[in-house]
Amino acid sequence: MTKDSSGFLDAVWTLFASLKLTIILLIILAITSIIGTVIPQNATQADYVMAFGEFLYQVFDLLDFFDMYHSWWFQLMLVMLTINITVCSIERLSVTGKTIFKKNPDPNLARFQRLSKKHEFSTGLDSDTIKKKFRSAVKRSLGYIRTGDTDNGFYIYGETGRWTRLGVYVVHTSVVMLLVGGIIGSIFGFDGFVTIPEGEKENRIRLMNNAGFQELEFEIRCDNFEVSFYDTGMAKEFRSSLVIIEDGQETVKKDIIVNDPLRYKGINIFQSSYGSVPSDIAHFSFTNKDSELGYDYKLKVGDTVDLPEAMGTFTLTGFTRDGAFQGHSVGEAFTGTLEKEGEETINLLLPLKFPTFDRMRGGNEVVAVTHFEEKFYTGLQVTKDPGIWVVYTGFLFMIFGCYITFFMSHQRLCVEVIKEKDSHKIIVAGFSDKNKPGMQLKVQKIAERLEKIKD
Amino acid sequence: MNSSIILSVITFVYGLAAFLYVAAWVFKKEKFGKIATWVVYISVVGNTAGIALRWVETYQQGFGHAPLSNLYESLVFFALVIGVLYLFIEKKYKLPVIGVVAMPLAFLSIAYASMGQSSNIQPLMPALKSNWLIAHVVACFIGYSAFAIAFGISCLYLMKRVNPDRKGFLFTSTPTLSILDDLTHQMVKFGFLFLTVGIITGAAWANSAWGRYWGWDPKETWSLITWFVYAAMLHARLVRGWQGKRIAYMSIIGFAAVLFTYFGVNLLPGLHSYQ
Ligand code: HEM
Repeated sequence: MTKDSSGFLDAVWTLFASLKLTIILLIILAITSIIGTVIPQNATQADYVMAFGEFLYQVFDLLDFFDMYHSWWFQLMLVMLTINITVCSIERLSVTGKTIFKKNPDPNLARFQRLSKKHEFSTGLDSDTIKKKFRSAVKRSLGYIRTGDTDNGFYIYGETGRWTRLGVYVVHTSVVMLLVGGIIGSIFGFDGFVTIPEGEKENRIRLMNNAGFQELEFEIRCDNFEVSFYDTGMAKEFRSSLVIIEDGQETVKKDIIVNDPLRYKGINIFQSSYGSVPSDIAHFSFTNKDSELGYDYKLKVGDTVDLPEAMGTFTLTGFTRDGAFQGHSVGEAFTGTLEKEGEETINLLLPLKFPTFDRMRGGNEVVAVTHFEEKFYTGLQVTKDPGIWVVYTGFLFMIFGCYITFFMSHQRLCVEVIKEKDSHKIIVAGFSDKNKPGMQLKVQKIAERLEKIKD
Repeated sequence: MNSSIILSVITFVYGLAAFLYVAAWVFKKEKFGKIATWVVYISVVGNTAGIALRWVETYQQGFGHAPLSNLYESLVFFALVIGVLYLFIEKKYKLPVIGVVAMPLAFLSIAYASMGQSSNIQPLMPALKSNWLIAHVVACFIGYSAFAIAFGISCLYLMKRVNPDRKGFLFTSTPTLSILDDLTHQMVKFGFLFLTVGIITGAAWANSAWGRYWGWDPKETWSLITWFVYAAMLHARLVRGWQGKRIAYMSIIGFAAVLFTYFGVNLLPGLHSYQ
């Protein structure tokens, strides 16, 4: 590697090891995030042009303001934050790691001697008794204990919570896990929507943001949908009875409601919305133009009737959600056939929206849909997110890491025993890496405890 | 007797506590502060009783849910958490001057509930029926309350900073600038932990209701903005030159973000509108 490029790499490393960058990134993220809360995201172009005018629309579109949380510049900041955390943690851990992972930490006596706050008293006990009594008294508050000799006596050193110094790395790791989990989810997962009328099944999911379709390895059938209301008219519960069908077998049956989804093979199915569609049952009228007499029948798709007045035999063959006539869409429509002795079979299209449509055919009989029965469809959110476990683990790391970093500390305490003429001088001092006032209190308590047992 | 009457009465008790603290501060009479502490105890007990009774009332009306489901209920709960948190701080740090800023905030919250919001008990819409509701709301409001108190302390800090040596109830030796600074930090750490838990329980809830843990809806985004501000603030303390005044300003900006997350988002489109 040439000198120049290593100089450049050093500079980049230093930039990413800087806490100032962290603060600036966090503040910029906070400020820019506001944009997407003021401008509704992923609306239609027409809505935006209407709200902002053509010019602003172009500018905002260029800046990705209409889907800003997925824009390159927003994602770049998140990636920079991740690099920042990683570099910073490596840098710090290489320094503090030596403290944290030391096998037999020994006291740095000078460090305790330099402290401004010390508790001193003397005792007439002999050194062996002091060692025994004080050692067990200190051990009650600090887990790790070590004693050693000095030039003019000995010391009892105790510490606790060395590992809590790792808490902050747990927090930082959790942030990285959230971002990694999010990326895994967006690459290997999907988020889509499907509507299924009662009694029908479906395995094609329409993906969010017009990203096409996703085929499932199984079919979802909706047997029943129910909505109930409070007396106030507010919706109380939406319930869909779903069946999963895989390779023609019904494998799972479950009623889902909001907050209680169906999970199957890593795919989650959530109650999301509902509506109604015409069912395959409808009432039809058959009018003979000559006699001007009309006859009503209630028919289900597949039914066949022999009509009076030699109008023939009618079969209701199907129902379509987007019927077409000569290339024009006519919307929801039934289809049927009319057969008469010795004549060619006539195919009929019976759109729900145009009851008199069949008149145009000019036949001797007019078929119309007079009334159709409705049924519910359920709207399901269907998602897959293989990154969720990384994210959830990150959640736990973050909570525990924050708790450790904020409320636990690495505490060290030293009882120095100095031999004097016919007594011992005792000096108690201690410090911690965080919550210093709390540690002062603790040191004082321990000193008082020792003073009580000094005789 | 119903809960909204109890809570209306308690509003005045909070008002009295706030008044006593401010009077103690303005007239430099520490005795008022001592009485005020007892008044806060009464407010907190009454506030708790009001919420408990309201919980019972939801069952009597046949719905049966924790009273944390609309703006009225959350404001009442907010006042309670500020009150309880304040009592803890006073016990631990012996600084009644913080009551001067904490109690008016608790009073404003419950007063806004009693005067400005309908106290009708409503049934829960399907999305709110979740065990996550209680954890989420409680965690968020403990966080918000800690931030509210941090905001108050930061205001005291900035006031005292103008003239650090002045005497008087607030300006006596007791809370030095560095104590106020440290206390802000303590409160923000506490608040940050609970805001984090609040955001995480909210994400877990969203995942059980809508199949996604994060959707960038305005309320979610604003809670994240708040979180970013306080994360920046926690790190700013570690950098030389960012202490003291800047930290106090960041705590004030952070609380503004909290308020916007809580109230302002209702003005924007989204799922969370608490109305
Ligand atoms: C959203 C992202 C982040 C979060 C939530 C976060 C969280 C935290 C927390 C809670 C603390 C403890 C603060 C305290 O004790 O008062 C901390 C400390 C720290 N953070 Fe971060 N952090 C983030 C990003 C970063 C980044 C990008 C860096 C890289 C420079 C960084 C570097 C540090 C350092 C050096 C400390 C001090 C550690 C110590 O005291 O030994 N943080 N962070």
